This record gives sequence, C-alpha cells and structure tokens, in this order.
Amino acid sequence: MFLNNTYNEFIKIAAKPRSYIGLIALSVLIAVIIFAMKADGSTYISFVTASFEQTLSFSGDIMNGNLIAFIILQMLIVHIPLLVALVTGDLISGEANMGTIRMLASKPISRAHIVLSKFLAGAIYTLLLTIWLGFLALYVSRWIFGTGDLMVLTSEGLIIHPESDIEWRYLYGFLTAYLSLLTVSTLSICLSAFAENSIGPIVTTMAIIILFTIIGTMDVTVFDTIKPYLFTTHMAAWRSYFEDPVPWEAINESIRILICHNVILISIALFQFTRKDITS
Amino acid sequence: MITDIKEWRKYLTISDHPKAKKVQPMQNKPIIQVNAISKSFGSFEAVKEVSFHVNRGDVFGFLGPNGAGKSTTIRCLLSLIKPNSGEIKLFGETFSSNRSMILSKIGSIIEKPDFYKYLSAEKNLEIFARISGAQVSRKQIYEMLEFVGLSGREKHRVKGFSHGMKQRLGIAQTLLHKPDLIILDEPTTGLDPQGIIEIRNLILRLKTEQNKTILLSSHQLSEIELIANRMVIINKGKTLVEGTVSELLNQQEVLILLEVDHIEKAMNLINNKFPLSSPELNAAGQIELTLQKNQTALLNKELIQAEILVSALEPKRKLEDFFIKIIGA
Repeated sequence: MFLNNTYNEFIKIAAKPRSYIGLIALSVLIAVIIFAMKADGSTYISFVTASFEQTLSFSGDIMNGNLIAFIILQMLIVHIPLLVALVTGDLISGEANMGTIRMLASKPISRAHIVLSKFLAGAIYTLLLTIWLGFLALYVSRWIFGTGDLMVLTSEGLIIHPESDIEWRYLYGFLTAYLSLLTVSTLSICLSAFAENSIGPIVTTMAIIILFTIIGTMDVTVFDTIKPYLFTTHMAAWRSYFEDPVPWEAINESIRILICHNVILISIALFQFTRKDITS
Repeated sequence: MITDIKEWRKYLTISDHPKAKKVQPMQNKPIIQVNAISKSFGSFEAVKEVSFHVNRGDVFGFLGPNGAGKSTTIRCLLSLIKPNSGEIKLFGETFSSNRSMILSKIGSIIEKPDFYKYLSAEKNLEIFARISGAQVSRKQIYEMLEFVGLSGREKHRVKGFSHGMKQRLGIAQTLLHKPDLIILDEPTTGLDPQGIIEIRNLILRLKTEQNKTILLSSHQLSEIELIANRMVIINKGKTLVEGTVSELLNQQEVLILLEVDHIEKAMNLINNKFPLSSPELNAAGQIELTLQKNQTALLNKELIQAEILVSALEPKRKLEDFFIKIIGA
C-alpha cells in the first residue's frame, strides 16, 4: 500500500504543471549563464583573477566547462530551494485545499504511510531536479566550453584542481547539495501538514531559509551558539569538496546535522498529520 | 448506462420496481454501531452523544438540517475526525483495533466529491483503486464509468466536468473496490433536478442490483423518504428520533389543519366528539388537532352535519411537521 501510494504521489507530481516550472526555470537560468559566459566570460574571469595576475601567469583555457559548472552551482544553489518548495510545499496542503485529502484519508492506508509516501515522492522529485541541474551545469557546459583544470577561489586562496581530480568532487558535491535540498523539501512538506493551502508552506519555507541565512551571516556573538545547528549553515557544504585538503570532518558534521533535520521534520509531520482532524 | 431513468422515475420506492429483488429478511446484524459519540471544536459542540445503528442491507437515512452535525458524524465514521467520547464500531470492530479492514469495506463521498482536476476520470479512479485494498483492473474501471454514465469521458480531465458528472464519478470511486457499506454525505447537494433524479436512481440501483448497505445523509426529508428504509434525525448535534421510515412517516396519528367559518362552534364540537385530539388555535386562525388517520373523514362529516362550513382540512404527517419546525428553527 505504501509503495502504491508513492507511485500515486509521483503520478500526481508528474501531472501537475507546477512540477515543470523548476525544470524549465533551471534550464532557462543555466542557458542565460552559459550565454553570458560565452559572450563575455573572459571579462568575468579576468575580474576574478586580476589580483593574482601580478604573481601568477595562467596558461591554457581557464574558462572551461568545469569552471562554468562551478559558477552555475554557486549562483543557483541559493535559489533552487524555492523551486523545490514550490512542488513539495503543496503535497499535503494542496490535497487539503482541493478536498482530496478526505478521499485519501478515508482509504485503507494509514496516515503515516500517506505522509511517508509524500516524503518519498518529494525526495525523488528533488533528486530529479538535482540530476537535471547536474546534467545541464556539468555536461552541457563541458559540451559547449570543453573541459580542463578547475580554478576555484576559496577563503584560503586560489586552488587549481587538475582535470583528472574533478569528477569525484562534483559527484560528492551534488550528493551533498541534494541532501541540502532534501532538507528544504522535508521542511516544506512538514509545514504543509499544518496548512490548508499551498501558498502558506511555500512562503514560510522561503521565509525560514532567508531568516536562517541572515542569522548565519550576521557576525553577532549571541547567534554563535545556534549557527552550527541551522540547516542553512550547512547548505553550502558541497563547496567544501573543492577545497584542498578536503575538510572531511566538517563535511561529515554538516551531513549529520542535515540528516538530523530531516528526521526531526519527518517526525513532526507524522505527529501532526496522524493526530489532526480532517475538516477540510 | 443510465438509460432507464424514465423507467425508474415511474417508481417511487425500491420495492415498487419490477426489477427489485424481493426484500431480503433483515439480518439485524448492525454494520454501524454509534454509541453516544461527542465531538467539540474548541467551545463549539458539533456532536453531542449521538447514537444510532445501521443494519446490514439497510438504506439508512441520516437526516438533519444544515449544521446539525451530520458531516462531523460521518467524518467520525470514516476516521477523519476522532470523537472526544463515545464508541464507533463498524463491522463489529473499532478503528483502534482494525482501521484498515474497516475502511477497505467502505466506499464514501463526503460532502462533495473532489478529484485531482488535472487528471482524467480514468486516472483518478486508478489512483483511488490503487489504495483501496482491492485488485481493480482497467476493465473494471471502464465498466464502473459506464455504470455511472460516464462512458466516453474516461480520458477527459475532471477540470471540465460538471458538478453532476463529478458526483457520478464520486459514486464510481465509491463502488470501485466493491465495498459492503456505502456512505454518501449529501450526494444531491448542488445538483439540478435532472442530476438529483440521476443520483437518486443510481442509489436505488445500488440497493436493488447490488444489495449494498447505504448510509445516506440529507437535509431533505422527501429525499430520504424516497430512498431509505430506516432513518435517524439529528439536530444541533443531538439524536432526535430513530426508526424505520414507514414507522416514522406513516404513523396512524396525523396533524390536521382546519379552517372553518365558526371557530368556537367547531372547537366545542371537536372537544366533545374527539376529546383526545387537543385542538388549538394557531396564529393563522387555523385549528390544529391530532387525530387517527381514519378519523379525518369522520371529523369532516361531523363538521358538515353541525352546519360548520369547512374551507380547508389539511392532514399532515406529524414527522414532516416536526422536521419542518426543526428546519424553521
């Protein structure tokens, strides 16, 4: 019954026009970035490398598909949560809004299974969105700009990763980015269990992300104790794979905290949905 | 498939129809047992100690004006709402002991049938069939759509369906997994007269052709009267009366509204000849009295013999009057 309902959930997601907004928006945004880089990428790159040009000389093509993919990821990873929440924030509250939640909850499937199947469908949708992002950012960029060594500017300075040492970094990077987006998906589904319309959970999810991000960037002592526990602090953990040496301990800590967030948010949603009176 | 509407329309009750199966002996085995359930939302008491039972094979009318607590009670029956107190048993089990088994035997429409508007009728039925606890083939889905008169609309999105078509699709969804008990909450609300007749006839067919147990809620006594064999009336969250429709509606006692030219003379005559009838003068200048059904003609005869001109003598069933008063209140 659980898998049957997960299949149902995926049919619903696939049939909703809003599910394609994320995929289309990603395609358009990446196309715009690639076009901009193709048209005037050298100016952009020289702006970044200007401070190093007196001490370093660059040979070969710095502006390659690997660098474009890194730029795209950095630019978009902040905005993709909105595209995820647009679909996942609607999964429970959208049913309440349409009235179909009555039909669903009066079938011989437990409420816990209803919620868990929505989480699973939301996780699959988020994975597809991440794969699409990865495909466009990495493979389309490489196809257009070619491949080569990756130059990354970190807080420690300029790091150049040889071409042969990049693939695994992107793979792990995308997996960790997926975990961050999954946390956003879980948060919006959790909020969705409390709401009767889809606008509320979507807006609240974004409001929480903005609030936590602001708290995370404010250099105020009073926030120092909570910063490490905010999921937004760990949403950029994917970037750590491009440092040298890779800070594995910090990455593992980020992964643990993101997983904890997912477990807690799923538990809250289960508690709320299995107890609530369905009056819509 | 609803090709025989005109034919069905000729018959007011199930048993009148030639296709109707002979009334099966009541097994007196309650499928639904509701014992003193109460439910409050904050300080508002929606349902107060409501009790009733539905036997196997019943078409049970659940009657009450809008806001009486019908939908809340029905939601309790489907485990959508947890009552604060009281007990509900369906098929002899409680939700805490066997929720899945209970719900697999029930088909329901609550208030209005809502579907995924962006999906076709067929896809909607597929989705609900997949979690109904029964194996439902595509052929059965098509047969069910034909049964409710939606043949040819299988691939159409529900977004373009009229309210009546959604109601019929709702009934198809209700029947798809061959439930033993069908719960229909105000299934004719918002329908035009033709739609009401179609839905009513569908319910009659469920009873006659498939011998289902049906709980039907309505705020219209006439609707319940046409379909149900037993009923309960609730108002303001409380059970008022429960019994068979024939007992409740065809009581021997009738309420008479009488208009005459000499009210005082008529009152004296009634008090003398029908001392148990409790005549009273109402605000409209009519005499209201209660008589046995077979005394109505006798009353008329007595009044004429006493040279009292009768301009109106209107017998009304007591329950009808009672229900109209409830709605009026």
